[in-house]
Amino acid sequence: MNILHAIFVDPFAQMISAPDLLVQTVWEGFVGGVLYSLIALGFVLIYKASGVFNFAQGIMMVFAALTLVGLHEKGAPAWIALALTVAIMYALAVGVERVVLRPLVNQPDIILLMATFGLTYFLIGFGELVFGGNPKAMITEQLFLPSGAIDLSILGGKVTLQKLDIAAAAIALVMVAGLGLFFQKTRIGRALRAVADDHQAALSVGISLNQIWVVVWFAAGVVALATGIMWGARSDVSFALQVVALKALPVLILGGLTSIPGAIVGGLIIGIGEKLGEFYWGPLLGGGIERWLAYFIALAFLLFRPQGLFGERIIERI
Amino acid sequence: MRKSMTKWSLGCALALALAAPAFAEDSIYVPLFTYRTGPFAGSGTGIADGMHDYLTMLNERDGGIGGVKLVVEECETGYDTKKGLECYDTVKPKNPVIVNPWSTGITLALIPKASVDKIPILSMAYGLSAAARGDIFPWIFNPPDTYWDGASEILKYLGGGSIDGLKGKTVGYLYFDAAFGREALPFFQAEAKGAGFDLKLYPVAPADMQNQSSKWLDIRRDKPDFLIMYGWGAMNAAAIKEAVKADFPMDKFVSIWWPGDADPASAGDGAKGFKELNWHGPGADYPAFSDIKKFVIDKGKSQAAAGEYGGTLYDHGVYNSMLIAEAIAQAQKITGKKAVTGEDVRRGLENINLDEARLKAIGLAGFASPFKLTCADHNSHGATFVQQWDGAKWTKVSERIVSAIDKVQPLIDEAAKAYAEKNAGWPKRDEVCDNK
Amino acid sequence: MFYREAGQFKTSYAADMAIFPIRQDRIGLAVILAIAFVAIPLTGDQFLLNTMMIPFLILSLAGIGLNILTGYTGLLSLGSAGFMGVGAYACYKLQTYFPQVNILVWIVVSGLASSAVGVLFGLPSLRIKGFYLVVATLAAQFFLEWAFARVPWLYNYNDSGAIEVSNQTLFGVYVTGPNATPATRYLVVLTIVTALTWIASNIVHGRIGRMWMAVRDMDIAAELIGIRLLRAKLTAFAVSSFYIGVAGALMVFLWFGSAEPEAFDINLSFQLLFIIIIGGLGSIVGAFFGAVIIHLLPIGLRALPALLHINVPGAMVEHLTYMITGALIIGVLIVEPHGLAKLWQTMKQKLRVWPFPY
Repeated sequence: MNILHAIFVDPFAQMISAPDLLVQTVWEGFVGGVLYSLIALGFVLIYKASGVFNFAQGIMMVFAALTLVGLHEKGAPAWIALALTVAIMYALAVGVERVVLRPLVNQPDIILLMATFGLTYFLIGFGELVFGGNPKAMITEQLFLPSGAIDLSILGGKVTLQKLDIAAAAIALVMVAGLGLFFQKTRIGRALRAVADDHQAALSVGISLNQIWVVVWFAAGVVALATGIMWGARSDVSFALQVVALKALPVLILGGLTSIPGAIVGGLIIGIGEKLGEFYWGPLLGGGIERWLAYFIALAFLLFRPQGLFGERIIERI
Repeated sequence: MRKSMTKWSLGCALALALAAPAFAEDSIYVPLFTYRTGPFAGSGTGIADGMHDYLTMLNERDGGIGGVKLVVEECETGYDTKKGLECYDTVKPKNPVIVNPWSTGITLALIPKASVDKIPILSMAYGLSAAARGDIFPWIFNPPDTYWDGASEILKYLGGGSIDGLKGKTVGYLYFDAAFGREALPFFQAEAKGAGFDLKLYPVAPADMQNQSSKWLDIRRDKPDFLIMYGWGAMNAAAIKEAVKADFPMDKFVSIWWPGDADPASAGDGAKGFKELNWHGPGADYPAFSDIKKFVIDKGKSQAAAGEYGGTLYDHGVYNSMLIAEAIAQAQKITGKKAVTGEDVRRGLENINLDEARLKAIGLAGFASPFKLTCADHNSHGATFVQQWDGAKWTKVSERIVSAIDKVQPLIDEAAKAYAEKNAGWPKRDEVCDNK
Repeated sequence: MFYREAGQFKTSYAADMAIFPIRQDRIGLAVILAIAFVAIPLTGDQFLLNTMMIPFLILSLAGIGLNILTGYTGLLSLGSAGFMGVGAYACYKLQTYFPQVNILVWIVVSGLASSAVGVLFGLPSLRIKGFYLVVATLAAQFFLEWAFARVPWLYNYNDSGAIEVSNQTLFGVYVTGPNATPATRYLVVLTIVTALTWIASNIVHGRIGRMWMAVRDMDIAAELIGIRLLRAKLTAFAVSSFYIGVAGALMVFLWFGSAEPEAFDINLSFQLLFIIIIGGLGSIVGAFFGAVIIHLLPIGLRALPALLHINVPGAMVEHLTYMITGALIIGVLIVEPHGLAKLWQTMKQKLRVWPFPY
């Protein structure tokens, strides 16, 4: 009886008695969710266009942010460092296409997934070799990212919104809108969608697969850079961040592997769900449950929709 | 089918056998377990450089210890227990005189091996607190303070001189949820009951080091009067940043001795006032440090980056190496041998006696507080002080704080007994003792 | 030349269907076993046994387990480290409650606990497929890792949260704990791994193995020809988790000597996946090949600078090891996507007709 009370009554009583904390928790979850979505977005881009489950997205994020900060440390002004980083992400996209994707074309999905594991290892070693393993502070001011916080006095308490988090949400919104436009309205975007639908049909109407892959990997690289800047500004830029990137997996799978809106909605469900779960129900289990809660939330949704919320329906034929 | 693999490993074994460097008889092999890679590199690099530079300085300035050159070799563990064990097996054939695991996890794994392999383990102010009992753990040394001493000292500081001063307060404990952070837990729990303060726990899983926002929501809800942190690696910097965001009063936020200078620095001005317990002087204003600069750094023999020298972590490394050097020197004195072995150095460690005169002689007066180890006491439960971050550097802000030994010792005795009982067949001490 | 089957006649179907139909293979296997059981423990030093052979064998065993699930049944899993942990903690608890029973019994029995947990987390596999299933196994991984850290009963309320291994004997010889010699531990591990490999080989070549492979190739088609998917998938989870669980118990009791929850983190799951993909999906030998690349090769790389008397800082060696491992994974996949086992097959085939290929 007590247990039922603790599960079904106490958390809600807490929410009502301290609404400001509830708002704060939801906000934190929202921001976390947006950042998960950004990582998941990079996954989706690549999966849509090349069918590759790109495990290296997390490390690409760290690598991009590290390159930016590392170049700045070596004396490059912020804007030049940013431009150079974008150029390096482009070089990475070309390199991946030449060295990894092209020789592995037409291999089963799991082989391509493994190749991105290889890429992950390579980038970890390479990044640490060039820039060192020390955590670095993100160059927030030089990039004109806001700092400080807005305190709202509502609901009989105080809710703190970090300006940086608001910026992150805004940037995510702009990126999603931009990518949406890019996919719907531009020539390359249409070609990308064609490739996503059917590789061979796309090839037969004269779309260059190789070029498309470079474009999506580059786009994913830019998304990774934006994500890396945001995560880096929240904590530090270090290789420990790649662990955070694993949280993007349930987000991605919950949203459906091929859907951009899915990545966003999935991110918000997971982000807010895990924070609420951890904050209100976590203490019952000794805390720390947000480590696995995200996966269980995703699993629960999948049992009802095996292809994810926005994924394409899986049709199987003999 | 397994042919190729067997051949391969045999070939490899042969190659390794050939590779094992033939150390001259008159050298002492000191392996350093370090980590300059992985998520904990931020904490590990400074310590690695401090340890390396001090020993290199002894080689350069004095030609080693007692005229015997030290062969210093780093093994990269990445703060990973598995790799640490691999390092241990790699260095063991080369007859190391001492092992510094620099990870509570690796220390716990090595403790049972030490007495079998006859290699002393120095886990400076980390590892198993119970190992302070030299009669039960003759091969393990954890001076100058255990995590329980540290906990008692922080509580005393917060309570205004005595732990009982915390009666009725709420104290939060934000910790790295692995062997390291859990080590202090029993002490806090015992004290919370004894002194009557409310203890709130905020464990941070290693995977969530940089994603602590839900813990800080808890902290905002519970509004603890004081917050104590046992963090490591990227966790420290992230926690200080979150504290700034959550508007937690910095002067009520006290950490155990592990945050480096970069941790509060990365959180900007908001981190001013952050406090940390330490047992050795901040900075680099001591004669031995000038020698390090002169003989090692200026000659380009150090890997230390600019700004690392004289930082808290670098100084921890130097302190660790000072203990190694002192143990070797004592071992030489006791045995009369020059090229000492692990067994000799164990005796050396038990006879460390760093009084003011000795500290002055090695050029570290004012850096470390005097202390001595005995056969029964492998820790010394030394005095500490609190240092505060002023936005650019640490300054001492408290008097000497001594451990609440009356509360720590019973727990240590109990834990040591329990350890020996749990590991059936734990050896009875029959190692020599030079200072009965 | 020497590897040729001319003159070896088969007079029964059984002989024709043998796993090693060529006499040279059987001799080769006997030689390998002789080296593994006699030569290595007699001549190997501690480094060879402790750091190279014992982990190699244990990782290979876990690789075989994962291969049953991923390679033979086609269910991608990233939760193997969690199941290794279940084996280890089950063994630890069993040993605490029944200290009088020999530890080796518990090491094998603990696989059953892992089996049970595996079946539980395998249930969603009936509905969720492909990459989507990864989330179920990740849920297992992170939940189990959390449980090892947060359920104090599992580690006997130790202050440190770690589990420790005490000295245990078999026929008066220490087999676990610090007093056990590396050679003894190696022989114990080798015996268990050899026996389980032999059993696995028989399972996958038999009716159950064929059932799994039918499910892997297309589960709807398999269902149509009368294979019960529920049973096929869950037996795969059960058998696979059993192997992985035993490997986990071996890892803690005969290799590490103590363990924290972090020993079973997701990186270990990745490592096991690397092992089977590089070694070859759906191949028992593949697990051994993969373990050579993933475990032994980095050790070799780390030893290399000292060998060549080049002074490279340890951290740089570590970085280069990462880069080389990554490049190797990609390289192997490009050269032979079916892994080293397939390469080995091709080599044997070539050797059979050498020097007159047709």
